[in-house]
Amino acid sequence: MLSQYLFFFLSFVAVFSALLVIIDKNPVHSVLYLIVTFFSIAGHYFLLNAQFLAAVHIIVYAGAIMVLFLYVIMMLNLNKEIEPHKKNIPKVIAVVSACLLMMVFVATLKGAETTMLTSAKNSNVGLVENLGKVLFNEYMLPFELSSVLFLAGMVGAVFLSKKEIH
Amino acid sequence: MKDVIIGIPIQWYIYLSVTLFCIGVMGVLYRRNAIIIFMCVEMMLNAVNLLMVAFSRYLGDSSGQVFVFFVMVVAAAEVAVGLAILMMIFRNTKSTDIDALNKLKW
Repeated sequence: MLSQYLFFFLSFVAVFSALLVIIDKNPVHSVLYLIVTFFSIAGHYFLLNAQFLAAVHIIVYAGAIMVLFLYVIMMLNLNKEIEPHKKNIPKVIAVVSACLLMMVFVATLKGAETTMLTSAKNSNVGLVENLGKVLFNEYMLPFELSSVLFLAGMVGAVFLSKKEIH
Repeated sequence: MKDVIIGIPIQWYIYLSVTLFCIGVMGVLYRRNAIIIFMCVEMMLNAVNLLMVAFSRYLGDSSGQVFVFFVMVVAAAEVAVGLAILMMIFRNTKSTDIDALNKLKW
């Protein structure tokens, strides 16, 4: 099945580059690996026929957020391995606790019965037309409120990064 | 693209999201660079987004995808404010190491 191979390929790329984000010492490399993760997640959105969200995901995350991260790293001149040596015990504790969390999730999901789509019904829920109808009918107020949130975030960012004048 | 999803059980998507989420948690606990911690938080948000899109597609209900849209909006605002705070911290402590902020503990 082609779609299953596609799923496994995208998942492998996503998980592998997500691990490399953590492992790599250089922050610039971490940002680039995170972009790879985001693109594979966008591929998953295409696989799920959520075309609007895939486009928005690429534009917002790879286009805006990661560029912001790269700019900040560039501005702070962090493009080298400056991270001081950390003791090994906190690292071991971090890995162990993440594995325990994973175990809890897997144990929760273990007995669940396998659910598959049997037909292609409702396959167009993620198209722009349907999402736009839902967004501007049922979710009109949250949509407008999110613009207020953006304005507040913008004002906050400008205010915080302004140099204090004495 | 219409029926390409048939043949993939939703469990696979749940396991993928759980794995990505746990990698994000591990990154938050493992690294001390505040920028990397921010990136791991973004990764966790993305894991949840992926799960919501998968459920929305399998359920045939577009509300989940609208919620993903709002999560993206909040994530963008959060990153803008968070990175501004990070710049301010760097200006005061000359590093992005979170251990330099241990005065916040008490």
